[in-house]
Amino acid sequence: MPKIKPRVPLPKRPPEERIKDFNEVALGYDEKLAIEEASRCLQCPNKPCVKGCPVGVDIPRFIKLIRERRFEEAYKVIKDKCPIPAITGRVCPQERQCEKYCTLAKLGQPIAIGALERFVADWAREHGIAVEHAPKTSVGKKVAVVGSGPAGIVVAADLARLGYEVTMFEALHVPGGVLVYGIPEYRLPKKIVYDEINYLRELGVNIEIGVSVGRTITVYDLLDEYDAVFVGTGAGHPRFLNVPGENLNYIYTANEFLTRINLMRAYLFPEYDTPIHRGKRVAVIGGGNTAMDAARSALRLGAEEVHVLYRRTRAEMPARKEEIENAEEEGVKFVFLVQPKGFIGNDLGNVSEIMLKKMRLGEPDASGRPRPIPTGETITFQADMVINAIGFYPNPLIPQTTPEIKTDKKGRIIVDSEGRTSMPRVYAGGDIVIGEGTVIEAMGWGRKAALAIHKDLTINKKI
Amino acid sequence: MPRIYEVLRKKILAPRIKEMDVYVPQIAKSAKPGQFVIVIPDEKGERTPLTLVDWNRDEGWVRLVFLEVGVSTMKLGMKEPGSTLYYVAGPLGNPTHVEKFGTVVVIGGGVAIAAAYPIARAFKEVSNHVISVIGARSANLLIYEELMRSVSDELHITTDDGSKGMKGFTSDALVALLNKGLKPNLVWMVGPAPMMKACSEVTKKYRIKAIASLNPIMVCGMGMCGACRVKVGGKIRFTCYEGPEFDANEVDWDELIFRLKMYQKEELEALKLFLSKYGLGGDTHA
Ligand SMILES: Cc1cc2nc3c(=O)[nH]c(=O)nc-3n(C[C@H](O)[C@H](O)[C@H](O)COP(=O)(O)OP(=O)(O)OC[C@H]3O[C@@H](n4cnc5c(N)ncnc54)[C@H](O)[C@@H]3O)c2cc1C
Ligand SMILES: Cc1cc2nc3c(=O)[nH]c(=O)nc-3n(C[C@H](O)[C@H](O)[C@H](O)COP(=O)(O)OP(=O)(O)OC[C@H]3O[C@@H](n4cnc5c(N)ncnc54)[C@H](O)[C@@H]3O)c2cc1C
Ligand code: SF4
Ligand code: SF4
Ligand code: FES
Repeated sequence: MPKIKPRVPLPKRPPEERIKDFNEVALGYDEKLAIEEASRCLQCPNKPCVKGCPVGVDIPRFIKLIRERRFEEAYKVIKDKCPIPAITGRVCPQERQCEKYCTLAKLGQPIAIGALERFVADWAREHGIAVEHAPKTSVGKKVAVVGSGPAGIVVAADLARLGYEVTMFEALHVPGGVLVYGIPEYRLPKKIVYDEINYLRELGVNIEIGVSVGRTITVYDLLDEYDAVFVGTGAGHPRFLNVPGENLNYIYTANEFLTRINLMRAYLFPEYDTPIHRGKRVAVIGGGNTAMDAARSALRLGAEEVHVLYRRTRAEMPARKEEIENAEEEGVKFVFLVQPKGFIGNDLGNVSEIMLKKMRLGEPDASGRPRPIPTGETITFQADMVINAIGFYPNPLIPQTTPEIKTDKKGRIIVDSEGRTSMPRVYAGGDIVIGEGTVIEAMGWGRKAALAIHKDLTINKKI
Repeated sequence: MPRIYEVLRKKILAPRIKEMDVYVPQIAKSAKPGQFVIVIPDEKGERTPLTLVDWNRDEGWVRLVFLEVGVSTMKLGMKEPGSTLYYVAGPLGNPTHVEKFGTVVVIGGGVAIAAAYPIARAFKEVSNHVISVIGARSANLLIYEELMRSVSDELHITTDDGSKGMKGFTSDALVALLNKGLKPNLVWMVGPAPMMKACSEVTKKYRIKAIASLNPIMVCGMGMCGACRVKVGGKIRFTCYEGPEFDANEVDWDELIFRLKMYQKEELEALKLFLSKYGLGGDTHA
């Protein structure tokens, strides 16, 4: 076994500079660094890394092509399986997916698969490389895609390439789902998302914005006009703690806070019309990626102190390691083993204090992590702004207005292994099916559902 | 053929109150009384909720009536016929539950009299005895009087300064009606939150079923952000997709009133900047 070289670090902007703006933090590899990192790959014949990727990108092959400076071909290899590599390369939790299964993970540091994927996608964009899509022969069938997040993007792209006439419906004014309203600019520049959406348009996908399916038009209406309907409406419905004082002013849900910033550009207020409160001492409740995004965004809005309050300890935090490190480098502080019991406001109805229950770790719960148990002790914590990032439920609008689509206890749409719902000709995938997943998992579902639609409509002509 | 989001007509109803017909056939097609839209005036604009006052399915337009209170509504007010808005989404929210209750009092305050109009009309269409109470600060700000009269069995008017109708608030008119022995089966109300609070104090006292159409600050309009949350009967409810109508006797009005003031500082700052650039738009005399 040759001696393993250390992983080539991904260049980043220094913390003191990057917290002053919303521009991207990680700068990405240049050609030299990319080739250096690609050279570490062992080209394992059994390709263990591929099995960690929900869409099955041929990882060793594209890495080999990078090593040979054949970037354009590398791009085509990735693009064959993953339609939005500039995005997945940036936001996939690689340490739990492809990189987790890399042979080198056991020996030392896994190949930086995400960073390499990002390099190739950025290189292709800078060099104006477009992947030619096979000239499509129309199959003469129409499909409606509801929701324009990663699941919807993949279904639309796959079916358009197969010759379907695809119309995508999005309630908000910008397509992209969480990619545009949730994930901050400093992790995923919105320009990249717009480019990917333009790619859909080039494929002939018709995108209708401002259409709330269930209200503007129902699933029943869509079934009259389309041969099949895909529901990819995500899990964007915020949860609450159900404790006193939760509606006090300046207690935001993470979704509202991030939507104001990302979608509405409130950080550029008053040039943009949507306002946002700029808290001085900010508390963020939760320990996931959303909490990290909210905390780092609050810093960028000029907060003096940002504290993440989490009910377990660092080891149990669900956020990506890289994001926790980034947050810490930027000055975010962590308070562990606390759980809000209530919020106290001033005479203007603005939050001023949080009452916290102190917790300790107990036996593992259903998630396998130790359960937090109250110690009985209560403390107070001053804060003039609070961001609640404790999680989401599936978006209720379509299930609420389409009772034929069966859901489980948690409100998730029930599908078979290929994405078919209980209602004929209606398919679903992404967070509306799995609850809170990842971008690439949503895409994996989109791919499965597209295949099922193609099978049912054209190959087997079941419908 | 008009373009989508095109402003077809604009009318000044009273100082700073405008009526606008916008071409959005997909919304006109499915609009029902009690629903609203979210409008973005231009690409830097806010997502602004406005009630659907009327619509025409064949011609594909919806009618909005708004009071210019800040940057978004002023930007909207500056749009001329032939120009297009940036975005209009809807219809959002649940339609009003309309059935024959018997006697229904419909209360509209200020610019929201226009929002009360399709509701009064719908209650009237199913043969309710409709008693409408409309109020404004002053006679020159009273809108939709004739339209409301045309869909009501009785119309009562209040003004804060007594320049028309009864001097006082809509809640005072409601008390007067109840004192005369009126026993309505339902009171339906829309208007500024303090007005609805006052009216609901009356309905609570007299134990009358009451529905209020709420107007909290919104962002997404589709259940995703929670900006529109209100407390009703002690529970958190989302106005945009569970409302906009709730049991008026159960709403935590003080909390809603606080929440509506959340961005006062920022709104004022933006308004000053806007006025320094554009002035008042030139129709204050209307
Ligand atoms: C703040 C945040 C950070 C995250 N960070 C990461 C990360 O770093 N890496 C990662 O892999 N994952 C991350 N995730 C998770 C990831 O974004 C989601 O798993 C993924 O976006 C789900 O995709 P989707 O297509 O199922 O739904 P979404 O992306 O939620 O898209 C659903 C779309 O449907 C629209 N819609 C909903 N209802 C209707 C309707 N009735 N009619 C029309 N349109 C409708 C919505 O407006 C939305 O645009 C993050 C999530 C959040 C909230
Ligand atoms: C369901 C619903 C229906 C409505 N229907 C009408 C209508 O038919 N006609 C009408 O004139 N107004 C209506 N409103 C209120 C209207 O949306 C606000 O007046 C408008 O958004 C103010 O924006 P601005 O920028 O002009 O003023 P700003 O300077 O932003 O604010 C001025 C006042 O408006 C309130 N406000 C600000 N932003 C919002 C927002 N996004 N949503 C709600 N209120 C806000 C604030 O409390 C503030 O007191 C409705 C509101 C809701 C929620
Ligand atoms: S798409 Fe995500 S999981 Fe798959 S190879 Fe790329 S970074 Fe890894
Ligand atoms: S497992 Fe790691 S080293 Fe092996 S081929 Fe995949 S990326 Fe290369
Ligand atoms: S306005 Fe966003 S949830 Fe109601």
